[in-house]
Amino acid sequence: MKIGVFVCHCGTNIAGTVDVERVSQAASKFPKVKHSASYKYMCSNPGQNLVKDAIKKHKLDRIVIASCSPSLHEKTFRKCVEAAGINPYLIEMANIREHCSWVHKDREKATQKAIELTRLAVSKVSRNKPLEKTYTTIEKKVLIIGGGISGIQAAIDIAFANYPAVIVEREPSIGGRMARFDKTFPTLDCAACILTPKMVTVSQSEHVTMHTYSEIEEVSGFVGNFTVKIRKKARSVDINKCTGCGACYNKCPVKVPSEFDMGLGKRKAIYTPFPQAVPNVPVIDRENCLYFKTKKCGICKKICTVGAIDYDMKDEVIEEKFGAIIVATGFNQFDHSVYGEYGYGKHKDMITGLHFERMVNSSGPTGGKIIRPSDGKEVRDVVFIQCVGSRDEQKGLPYCSRLCCMYTAKHALLLREHNKDSQAYVFYIDIRAAGKNYEEFVKKVQDEYGAIYLRGRVSRIFEKGGKLIVRGADTLSGAQIEIKADLVVLATGLVAQKDAPSLAQMLHIPYDKNNLFTEAHPKLAPVETITSGIFLTGACQSPKDIPDTVATASAASVKALGLMVQDKLAREPLIASVNQDLCSGCLACLKACPFSAIEEDEIEDRKLRRKRTVAKVREAVCTGCGNCTAVCRMAAIDLEGFTNTQIMEEVETL
Amino acid sequence: MKWFISHNTIRSSFQLTLEKECGEKVSHCYQCGKCSAGCPIAFQMDYLPNQIIRMTQLGMEQQVLSSRTIWLCASCLTCTVRCPREIDIAEIMDYLRRQAYKKGIIPVEETEIPLFNKIFLRNIELFGRLYEMGLIGMFNMLSGEFFKDVFLAPKMFLKQKISIFPPRVKNIKETRAIFKRSGKLGKAHRDKLLNPRLLFLNLSRKIIGKIAKRDNS
Repeated sequence: MKIGVFVCHCGTNIAGTVDVERVSQAASKFPKVKHSASYKYMCSNPGQNLVKDAIKKHKLDRIVIASCSPSLHEKTFRKCVEAAGINPYLIEMANIREHCSWVHKDREKATQKAIELTRLAVSKVSRNKPLEKTYTTIEKKVLIIGGGISGIQAAIDIAFANYPAVIVEREPSIGGRMARFDKTFPTLDCAACILTPKMVTVSQSEHVTMHTYSEIEEVSGFVGNFTVKIRKKARSVDINKCTGCGACYNKCPVKVPSEFDMGLGKRKAIYTPFPQAVPNVPVIDRENCLYFKTKKCGICKKICTVGAIDYDMKDEVIEEKFGAIIVATGFNQFDHSVYGEYGYGKHKDMITGLHFERMVNSSGPTGGKIIRPSDGKEVRDVVFIQCVGSRDEQKGLPYCSRLCCMYTAKHALLLREHNKDSQAYVFYIDIRAAGKNYEEFVKKVQDEYGAIYLRGRVSRIFEKGGKLIVRGADTLSGAQIEIKADLVVLATGLVAQKDAPSLAQMLHIPYDKNNLFTEAHPKLAPVETITSGIFLTGACQSPKDIPDTVATASAASVKALGLMVQDKLAREPLIASVNQDLCSGCLACLKACPFSAIEEDEIEDRKLRRKRTVAKVREAVCTGCGNCTAVCRMAAIDLEGFTNTQIMEEVETL
Repeated sequence: MKWFISHNTIRSSFQLTLEKECGEKVSHCYQCGKCSAGCPIAFQMDYLPNQIIRMTQLGMEQQVLSSRTIWLCASCLTCTVRCPREIDIAEIMDYLRRQAYKKGIIPVEETEIPLFNKIFLRNIELFGRLYEMGLIGMFNMLSGEFFKDVFLAPKMFLKQKISIFPPRVKNIKETRAIFKRSGKLGKAHRDKLLNPRLLFLNLSRKIIGKIAKRDNS
């Protein structure tokens, strides 16, 4: 065994605190070390050539690099030694920068520590084994959970690369929240005008399959090979036969509040959520349908000329395989009922931003008229309250929902556009308009559309003489303010979907205390999760506006396509492996594994002459976190690259 | 100071009238406070300049017009040149002073300021250019502080900062015509410069001040 040690100066990053030459000299005296050298920048080309030349000259077979953190340059040096003909897993990095020179000031002690760290790495590398990368196949299909704007954009991007995508959407139509909006800030494009063409593109694409009115039931497998069970809820209308003529819902006698219109309008028991729905196939709401309630009626079946209505349709569970999953489940509105002082449920003329969106929409329940829900009169004074739920650790959310400032400004603008005599009052705490042309937009609303911005939270809302009296403050002038409003619009914050935790558990992806899915790295891996092959887009990760949502959707689909284009997936061999002879079958590791990478296995025990249960690592899923090795009481599980013998060797040298 | 602002205050026409009459967009202000930060007289003001603008935005006419701030503003224009929203705050202050004067809301302690302004204008009208000696003399006489800054006069005279005789202007009649016309245009009524109440106030204040000083020492 001939070990080579290379010590890096890293400019003055290491050499400033550590006597690099002394480390190099000390290392040359370690057992089995044949050669040691130091260089200014070991990661640079000349530095790497130095390593390569030394390997050839001194016939080295194991290498220790004493430099920065392995997370920075381990891959660089693995490639380097591989080029020189050594197995890339026969190197070790001694981190004498982050763990030593950067955190110490005393040159003498730091040098001593650097020598010790190098000594440990030398002893560890002496127990390294050559490892080979493993390969798995990839199912060339992407699952997209959620059919809102982010899911749609991701599907379009994947279909553009000629790879199949499957959208699973819970609602009867794709489109999500954006389909409800009227106009979009800051350019005021009509939401439907920019969304519906995308919806149609998705529905016409040969590469995209849509499962609407469906939900994810179960997810198993690992990157490249996910197996997903999808429950297609009984639509009661045959999607292949229906022509979308609309005769059924025109004749249906049952009227219930429409979820799509936030309860401001009515829909039938057989319905499509909105006229531009994709697919344009109705659904029977079995809870309200007369046929399902009393077994009478059946008008829709009688009137349907193509016989698409099928009352006996049952939920169907299909199973499909996918190579990658994009999670685009979106957001929910904050439930403002916690604010008793705002009189939730008491005041009819208090609505949320999404209600306002439907009201101002020309195809909405009021035909674009902004009216008081209580008496249908047109409004004059409208109070908008920002940060309802957001930035309130006491009752609401600790975070800023990021888009309420912008959509409130847009609402104030639309209000004035729809009604010249109206006046918008906006209670805000801060205006956070950080986006291209956002600040300009808010200023425009204040200057040209005469919205009055008052800095302060509203404390109380009560009814008096048919008007809502809003009590607030303006902290800029130090005044208490009372406004008689016809309508109050709450800019409620954005929260995670209610079932986000259960989906996260199904997918084995982490979520934070706000139930928002957690990205692998907030800056450097914003659309990835720590479970490889699962990507995040849109507001399920954090509140996002449409531009950001579309950007992350495209980012996530590129990440998914990066998997799709590979023939096989190379996997790091630094994973756990079970010595089944030693395994007692307690399966403590199975519980400890956060990635479901361990499964039960049965082997024929030759000594006992019977079958017994042991643990087995699913190599493609294992990330090498080491949880299992820590809980294994038999020391039957070893993590390659960090085996027990390696660690023990290190400890003994110390 | 605490206020309660009603719906009607906010909807009052104060801000709109101001924007129309003096041409400055008060609504542009986003309350960064740079005007107050640089104001050399802010330490004497009851409301900072940015507060005055905010109160204007909220239609608090009465409070704005009766504030000391508008009278203390020296029109040094620091705020105007530094405002990121291009609001001429000094111009607004001037407008507010005129407005307050028109409505007769003049705080007693600051009554000398309109007097000074009036004497200044009368001075220009009479001589065409500023006649410092006349201005100071007239102001001291009418404000009741007869010997104010009198010891500065010889020094300033020696440095040729003031002269005994009024300056000569070529065509004084034209200046007077301008005053006459603008007076008619603005429908400004000429008050008497002599204000016995002010005279009495200043005199008594001076005497009281002297007594207080003697007591202290």
